[in-house]
Amino acid sequence: MKTFNKGGVHPQENKLASNSKIEVFPLTKKAVVFVSQHLGAPATCLVKKGDKVKVGTKIAEASAFICANTHSPYSGTVTKVDMATDFNGFKKPAIYIDVQGDEWEEGIDTSTEIKREITLEAKDIVQRMKDCGVVGLGGAAFPTNVKYMIPEGKKAEFLIINGVECEPYLTSDNRIMVENTEEIFIGIEIMKKALGINTAMIGIENNKPEAISMMTQMSKKYKGTSVVPLKMKYPQGAEKQLINALTGREVPSGKLPIEVGCVVDNVGTALAIYYAVQKNRPLIDNVLTFTGKSIKTENQKNLLVRVGTPLQEIIDYCGGLPEDTGKLISGGPMMGKAIMDTSAPTVKTTSSILVMNNKESKRSEPSPCIRCGKCVEACPMGLEPVLLSILCSQDKWEEAEKECVMDCIECGCCLFTCPANRPLLDLIRVGKFRVGALRRARAQK
Amino acid sequence: MQLRFKVIRITMGTIIIYGVIALTIAGIILSLVLYLVAQKFKVVEDPRIDQVAEALPGANCGGCGFAGCRALAEAIVKSGNLEGKYCPVGGSPVMTQVASIMGLQASASEPMIAVVRCNGGKCNTHKKVEYDGAKDCVVANQNFAGEGGCSFGCLGLGNCARACKFDALAINEETGLPEVDEDKCVSCGACVKACPRGVIEFRKKGLKSRRVFVSCINKEKGAAAKKNCDVACIGCGKCEKVCPFGAITIENNLSYIDFNKCKLCRKCVAECPTGAILAVNFPAPKPKVETPVENKSEVSPEAKQENTTETQENTNTQN
Repeated sequence: MKTFNKGGVHPQENKLASNSKIEVFPLTKKAVVFVSQHLGAPATCLVKKGDKVKVGTKIAEASAFICANTHSPYSGTVTKVDMATDFNGFKKPAIYIDVQGDEWEEGIDTSTEIKREITLEAKDIVQRMKDCGVVGLGGAAFPTNVKYMIPEGKKAEFLIINGVECEPYLTSDNRIMVENTEEIFIGIEIMKKALGINTAMIGIENNKPEAISMMTQMSKKYKGTSVVPLKMKYPQGAEKQLINALTGREVPSGKLPIEVGCVVDNVGTALAIYYAVQKNRPLIDNVLTFTGKSIKTENQKNLLVRVGTPLQEIIDYCGGLPEDTGKLISGGPMMGKAIMDTSAPTVKTTSSILVMNNKESKRSEPSPCIRCGKCVEACPMGLEPVLLSILCSQDKWEEAEKECVMDCIECGCCLFTCPANRPLLDLIRVGKFRVGALRRARAQK
Repeated sequence: MQLRFKVIRITMGTIIIYGVIALTIAGIILSLVLYLVAQKFKVVEDPRIDQVAEALPGANCGGCGFAGCRALAEAIVKSGNLEGKYCPVGGSPVMTQVASIMGLQASASEPMIAVVRCNGGKCNTHKKVEYDGAKDCVVANQNFAGEGGCSFGCLGLGNCARACKFDALAINEETGLPEVDEDKCVSCGACVKACPRGVIEFRKKGLKSRRVFVSCINKEKGAAAKKNCDVACIGCGKCEKVCPFGAITIENNLSYIDFNKCKLCRKCVAECPTGAILAVNFPAPKPKVETPVENKSEVSPEAKQENTTETQENTNTQN
């Protein structure tokens, strides 16, 4: 079975919610929708206090090339446009909506019927992705349409679909592969058409047998799309690692996947593209997993939640937090971020609420580095985390840049494997931040 | 040559004589070559560079913005003026000396001091979460707003204290805030650069080290700021109205006292409803003062320390 060649670790998988069906989360009363929910330039808000919005109304518009639209996930009245706290505690511009009913914008097909025929041309597909505010749902929220504008001189050969879900605990991608199999395949057909290619590969780790069998069965109906079961190894779901696992190619340092003829998208994105192109339905909801070791089995849920729902409501819906809760994480345990404020709303890429108990959530005291080299072995990018962390702790940004600190994908393997509990990734992140600032300063000169 | 070698072998005495003669000649020729090369490639260095470098403190702290004391000396001598070149460590006495070497007039620069523009810390904010990550302000700033919820204020993880080469800054364990030792602070600016949130600012040291400043940089609206911190500036504007010298401006819900205009009357201190304005190193307040001043007195007498200033990013000193 295939996997990527360099580094990687094997965290306990803990896919506790993998068998619970996707439930549609009830509509909230008061929604808070962040104006910008993507990577790139901030979007421009289009509504003001008192405006009536319907589900699917464009409420923020892309203002630059790498930027995405935001649509209203609810119908109702805009009560204010003000700052709101995100789950890190930082304030961001947001639109407050008082929800009334569930009225959809005209032209959006809300039926559950599967529409197989693809009528749009390649160019229109990309435009539709942009109009519907589709962003990469793998976690980075990179505007999807940008990926489909292949730069001059480059040629896409493979479309790679990421169904790996290598993060422990997360099960939302698994569930959509099981429950929305055909929609995903139509989404893939649309993506292939947009790129003008015939080959697509879906990588799925072999801890999801149900998804693999469903997807393989469906792939017989759709020519040119193959399902590749992969050996479990974290971080297989990272773009560059997945390309390596499936094609054996290596993306050069600092380059994008298109350099080796690949375009990578998540299964969630494929589904979003299906809805956008076939049903004209903007990206307004997302499946998220509510899970944790101390959560009762019946409360381990996969929920289809509209963007802008307060996290606290989701927690209450799932029976509240257990007594021994130590930490809440948005995203998986490896790359997710701790939730500081549960009143914060969900965004397009919220993939889970992970409840960790007191014992799991504590970090151990760091001790001196014993030069065992485990982090070097574990790094899937072939970097030397120990060296980078030392350089970064001594403010040697130029040297860190030479050691390719910017290639770090922040997967956390080094931190996971370090027997001395050293804050390797924390320091490397600082380095990335500083080197990024240095580069921007240089570019300005 | 062959012949000579034969001769050399003859007696011991000749060997020595020939050896001495040969080496002497070689020495003379080589020294001539060296002399000529040295003349040809001579680097003319202004002797004043050495003199100026001598006069500077030699701490190589980089507070002046140059790589070290010698780099500053070179810059001064090469440019021939003192504009933008000031040694914050040595201050006026050193600069006067440097000016006399250069035959220039030293511009008078008032002594500055670092002030911490946040008074939240452990005592005045309501702890909402516990931070368990790396003990580094930059790392923490990337991850969350702060234990108290204020995304502007001091994170208390001590990057400024670690950056200080003069041992003038330390985190007070009790308040969780950095404190400046006024005797040691040389306003080199290392802490200002180290703080990812721009909490530390330079202000004029002031008469008898007395200063009045807004110890908050939260730009949120009043209610939001007050929710996270008891001593936040809520931008109510009372201080602006009461100031007889027009030294106070309110921008982005935040008050700022211009230290060039402030006459240290302290009317604003009494007026501030949240106690965000601090007055340090004044004699103990008369007993009747109200709540705001309580906060202030807590900080002011405690140490001849530091505390800081206020608003606006205006972080750099103006030397």
